[in-house]
Amino acid sequence: MILNKVIKNSIKLNQHFIRNYSSKTLVIAEHDGGKLLSGTLNTITAASKIGGEISVLVAGSKCNSIVESLCKVKGVKSVYTVDHPTLEHSLAETITPIIVQLQQKESLSHILSSASNFGKNFVPRVAGILDVSAISEITSVKDSETFTRPIYAGNAIATVKSSDKCKVGTVRTTAFEKAPVEGGSAQVVNCNDWAVPLVEKSLQETQVKWDSSEVKKSERPELTSARVVISGGRGMKSGENFKLLEELADTLGGAVGASRAAVDSGFVSNDLQVGQTGKIVAPELYIAVGISGAIQHLAGMKDSKVIVAINKDPEAPIFQVADVGYVSDLFKAVPELNEAIKKAK
Amino acid sequence: MSFKVLVPIKRVVDYAVKIRVKGDKSGVETNGVKMSMNPFDEIAVEEAIRLKEKGIATEVVAVSMGPKTCQETIRGSIAMGADKGIHVDGGTTDLQPLAVAKLLKKLVDKEKPNLVILGKQAIDDDSNQTGQMLAGLLNWPQATFASKVDIDKSSPNSVKVTREIDGGLETLSMKLPAIITCDLRLNEPRYAKLQNIMKSKKAELQVLTPQELGVDTNTNLKTISVEEPPKRTGGVKVDSIDAVITSLKKFALI
Repeated sequence: MILNKVIKNSIKLNQHFIRNYSSKTLVIAEHDGGKLLSGTLNTITAASKIGGEISVLVAGSKCNSIVESLCKVKGVKSVYTVDHPTLEHSLAETITPIIVQLQQKESLSHILSSASNFGKNFVPRVAGILDVSAISEITSVKDSETFTRPIYAGNAIATVKSSDKCKVGTVRTTAFEKAPVEGGSAQVVNCNDWAVPLVEKSLQETQVKWDSSEVKKSERPELTSARVVISGGRGMKSGENFKLLEELADTLGGAVGASRAAVDSGFVSNDLQVGQTGKIVAPELYIAVGISGAIQHLAGMKDSKVIVAINKDPEAPIFQVADVGYVSDLFKAVPELNEAIKKAK
Repeated sequence: MSFKVLVPIKRVVDYAVKIRVKGDKSGVETNGVKMSMNPFDEIAVEEAIRLKEKGIATEVVAVSMGPKTCQETIRGSIAMGADKGIHVDGGTTDLQPLAVAKLLKKLVDKEKPNLVILGKQAIDDDSNQTGQMLAGLLNWPQATFASKVDIDKSSPNSVKVTREIDGGLETLSMKLPAIITCDLRLNEPRYAKLQNIMKSKKAELQVLTPQELGVDTNTNLKTISVEEPPKRTGGVKVDSIDAVITSLKKFALI
């Protein structure tokens, strides 16, 4: 009897051991219907640091090409798909029940998405339903339970350890490289059968409806993944003057960003805002023009590889983080710099 | 017809304070540091009061969770125009978003609001989770990062919300009750008038404990350490465009 109990207990222990150490991570793909957004690739790299199996969920409408491209991403074992017109606009209410059900079906140990407005919207909803904590803006994976994340606008780094059955979090994509888009051969698992009824049920219960979107089209690279970012602040004086930055951005193949002061003054739309409450960028080159460098702004760009600041106030805090600081009137300096770079290239 | 708005608010280190990490790496120094209402929560309170001024909301209930000092923050919201304050006294325990969401769910069950408006994130833990978790626990619709909230006075049982999404804006409509989290652009919070501040000091607050609400506030997420981020090495100031170009070449950027 006692021996039986001991054996049973040791089997239990063993199962516990296996559960803890064979991770199954689900990454939720972010896409705009037509193409995969690159933050998903950074998130897959974060998932690979956890170890174990990686699968990806693509929920959307007519996403075949996205699914195909994800199957080739190195390290991805399965791609779960739910393809339905109701999923055309990503709503927290529609994607959450799919993820919760996948967690239960597949005993997922980790669920990750990029810390964009997309991921931030549904990841905590999933965590609430699973009764687990969520870990926001993961900047490094120490082990399968331990992560670092910035707090207080990036002025402190917290190391946190989760003993939840399933670790649910968002990944600061600029802190991880992109996973290679070749070398993988994932299997596709179509989940429509069980997932679509869940989505429909949730839509009925919450009665949420997408009305419209206003998406700003730009020829320039996307702000969060651009190699070069040129941002303007209050010193730009008007929206018109942002043309100067656009010209420089085109010379360098970069994106244009802005400080909150520039957005609040109505110079540019708020999706360009870089900072604690806007976008987090970490390009190779960040050029801050007419930006004083408030901590909320620094939180969004201080992990850039090289920071150049152009400001006429020599005391501006931006100069404390800038690798290259040029004290000058921006209206003179920016066109000159643009010409000089064109010549130097 | 009654229309109640519940507004959860958080007391945080003032946004302008340069924070200091404690020597023992256990957290950030909050003793003797200026504390204020989380800026996003001020926007939530403002939006709720505006709904009242438009004749849509009939009662605005502010709730804060944490140590006794949170009562000051609640009084701050009453001074702005909230009708009633509830303090959930969590003692010195640091309440995480999951615990706060569970406590809020219990309060929602009790207070039966038509709408819960929260800030999109607290500027101390930067989690950006509580509203979404609460929506999940209640199975209510959610509109996060709201920059416009539109309720038709003649049919106040649904809401249209414009959200800030990556790359632009999106408008959703949803049935009430619902959860809304505020982005910065939603409104410009008002300053409380001195007269209202004086009145708010005498306002009676309802005080509850997590035990009374039947919520276990322990979570499985532990903070192991809090450290300062790596410092950037100081750069150079240059005085000509040529020098800027030389530096960019040195970093192999052009």
